[in-house]
Amino acid sequence: MTAGRPPRQGGVGRLLLHAFAYAVIVFLLLPTVLVAPMSVSPEKYLQFPPSGFSLRWYGEYFADREWVEATLFSAEAGIISAIGATVVGTMTALALVRGRVRGRAVVELLIIGPVVVPHIALAVAMFLVYEQLRLTGTLLGFAMAHIVLALPFAIFTVLAALYRFDADLEMAALSCGASRIATFRHVTLPMIAPGVASAALFAFIISFDEAVVSFFISDLDRKTLPRKMFEDIDFDVSPVLAAVATMLSLLTILVLVLGHFFKQMADRRAAPAREGKTP
Amino acid sequence: MSARRPSAFFLGGRHLSEAASLALLVPFALLLVVVFLLPLGTLLHESLLVPAPTLEHYERVFAQPVYLRVMWRTLRIAFYVTLVALLLGYPLAYVMSRSGGLKLGLMAAAVLLPLWTSVLVRTYAWMVLLQRNGLVNEGLTGLGFVDAPIRLLYTEGAVVLAMSHVLLPFMVLPVFSALKGIPDDYPRAAQMLGASGWSTFREVIWPLSLPGVVSGCLMVFLLALGFFITPALIGGPQQMMIATLVSQQVREMLNWPFAGALVGVLLAFVLALTIAFNRFIRLERFVGTRS
Repeated sequence: MTAGRPPRQGGVGRLLLHAFAYAVIVFLLLPTVLVAPMSVSPEKYLQFPPSGFSLRWYGEYFADREWVEATLFSAEAGIISAIGATVVGTMTALALVRGRVRGRAVVELLIIGPVVVPHIALAVAMFLVYEQLRLTGTLLGFAMAHIVLALPFAIFTVLAALYRFDADLEMAALSCGASRIATFRHVTLPMIAPGVASAALFAFIISFDEAVVSFFISDLDRKTLPRKMFEDIDFDVSPVLAAVATMLSLLTILVLVLGHFFKQMADRRAAPAREGKTP
Repeated sequence: MSARRPSAFFLGGRHLSEAASLALLVPFALLLVVVFLLPLGTLLHESLLVPAPTLEHYERVFAQPVYLRVMWRTLRIAFYVTLVALLLGYPLAYVMSRSGGLKLGLMAAAVLLPLWTSVLVRTYAWMVLLQRNGLVNEGLTGLGFVDAPIRLLYTEGAVVLAMSHVLLPFMVLPVFSALKGIPDDYPRAAQMLGASGWSTFREVIWPLSLPGVVSGCLMVFLLALGFFITPALIGGPQQMMIATLVSQQVREMLNWPFAGALVGVLLAFVLALTIAFNRFIRLERFVGTRS
């Protein structure tokens, strides 16, 4: 890879730099990776290396009604949030790229708002208002909170897809007499579909893993998976948690692989558009 | 390198009327008003105007040594975390920016995977590693560094370590993106003019990577200031940060006005930083799309 580039430092410096970079990667990955073997240990306490192989703790997770209910509730909230954030995010991105927006600076500031405002601030503020609106512990309450948290990422993902897409294709459809809605459905949406899919994917995982706001707006009988995890971790670092953590890590890998797949799809779609061919 | 662009939002073809654009923004505006502005406004209202206009809660934040200590500790931990993330993240981003193909792909995956893994999962992993009979203690005693397991959890060092780990991707990605944008010709030209490897880095690469460094430091610092999960689980009462204090005021003391004042102080800080460095905040870097 470095052929043709000048040597930037001496052999030793270069070697040290690379060794350091790999050490940082190990630091990034190791803690989570080590949990997986611990989760299959048959013992009652966490140990490394595991003394044997057993799926006992996974079995306990699936047998525990509280864990299963929290997981299903999180999945529901995640799916609704993904749909909501994607639809609203696509509309917002369209307005910003194709529209005339007065007060653009305000909209921009609002978009990054949920990212830069600390989640703890948002969490207690929502808790206060949700109590009055009776939204604590409700699916609607969680979905609205998670949509707002996922929106910035959804908007930016769709924006990126819209920039890559040749606006002349829309102009062509419009000048051939297609309505704006038909143009969006038959030209724009198919072209940006991978970006939209990836926005939905990341919105889902943001909602599914969201812990801080969920910690405050859960109530006693309706809680999300992260809230349940938080309570259990605070109580005892049991092997069931290692099993849950391992499954969540696998889910993240799945999401990233799918995201990568969507990105490649987007690359393939963008290429012929630039050359003026229809795919 | 679009960090120099004045706005993150590029105005493309002007196809839609103002009315249509406005209509498209309605759901966004509604959601942000109801679930973002209204709650924050209500909370700040509690801290300033209930039952009568007062600054007493804000005065309390700055007058009581116990709260000043928490604020000072929060700033200190956020600073250390940013520093550690920069020291670990910059070299990694540099090596990534000079790699390609499979090597780059694997390194990028190694950064993105923790970024998208639940903060709870990663915090839990650190708790397992750092507990009294955890792997780190086993390693330390096994290698003879210490005679008996030492207390690692519930120390400020553990909080900084775990938070740096959780926030490191937010440093690596913007710095990588800035470094990637430096044309190969620049360092090459410097070296042909006789610059050493080190002075090429100092005079050419480092200054050009600064927008990424600022962006990364800003993200990590902002997120660290308001971090809740990791310090709440890995730190003890001696390591209380502002987020844990807010939570305690709300959940245990039910002191909404004071919690509101704490949030107000935190928000003032965050807003000032955001407005000052607005152009450095670029979210698309974290969803795998590159500008």
